[in-house]
Amino acid sequence: MTKIIRLVIVLLMLPVILNAQSVEMADTMRSEGKIYVVVAILLLIFAGLIGYLIMLDRKISKIEKKLPPEG
Amino acid sequence: MKTWAKVLSVVLLVYIIVAGFLLDVPRLNIVNESIRALYFHVPMWFGMIALFTVSLVYSILYLNKPSFKRDAFAVEFVHAGIILNLLGLTTGMIWANYTWGSPWHGDPKQNGAAIALLIYLAYFVLRGSIENEDQKARLSAVYNIFAYAAMIPLLFIIPRMTSSMHPGNGGNPGFNMYDLDSQMRLVFYPAVIGWGLLGTWIATLRVRVRLINDKLLNLEHD
Repeated sequence: MTKIIRLVIVLLMLPVILNAQSVEMADTMRSEGKIYVVVAILLLIFAGLIGYLIMLDRKISKIEKKLPPEG
Repeated sequence: MKTWAKVLSVVLLVYIIVAGFLLDVPRLNIVNESIRALYFHVPMWFGMIALFTVSLVYSILYLNKPSFKRDAFAVEFVHAGIILNLLGLTTGMIWANYTWGSPWHGDPKQNGAAIALLIYLAYFVLRGSIENEDQKARLSAVYNIFAYAAMIPLLFIIPRMTSSMHPGNGGNPGFNMYDLDSQMRLVFYPAVIGWGLLGTWIATLRVRVRLINDKLLNLEHD
């Protein structure tokens, strides 16, 4: 029952929430000299490099399994 | 290398990239925002020393009881350590260019790091010049111990006996590093661990490739 009440409240609030968002604007990425953009770029590069490293790791694991034990 | 260590490395480094740029740092003249380079430049050196220390341990273990595996660890940890050394030197040059005025300032620590690089490169020259595998491993293990013994004074003793522009050097051998701003420590210490673990991860990958290579060679001989 409480869930339904909550849902109704959220639905009633929806226009207010949406309106608030459109007025507030997504300023996070633009504030403080756009340093967040640099952080985002670095995180992406880092994620790419780590992903590549993980792929290498898995590839080596696969080859290790192909080798006979104590060969 | 255990999976949790790899995960820890990635988690710490993500934290460092975010916190390293966004947390407050002391407002100092000349260095300005470049003080944040501390989170990336200095861990290269800490990482290098950690990797060279692991290599030293494996070299001593090898001389104690020779095995291909121990030699593989010794070689590849030097290899990864040299990568970190090169990254430390080049990032230092960029930083020096904008804070000290020129990329190569002749700072004792900078010179010492370059000489240490040459000493460790000679490790590979030595290995490349010996045909016999056992001799190669044994002689390079002895040389590795010598190289480590030469690196320590070059990086930690000589810069403190003369004047160095690196913090914590030049007459005062004290623990100036611990004067670090407490907010910066929150990023700097995890950075040292994170970058060190990443270097270890790369080194262990190379060790595994080397071991696979050896197994394949043995299979061919059988």
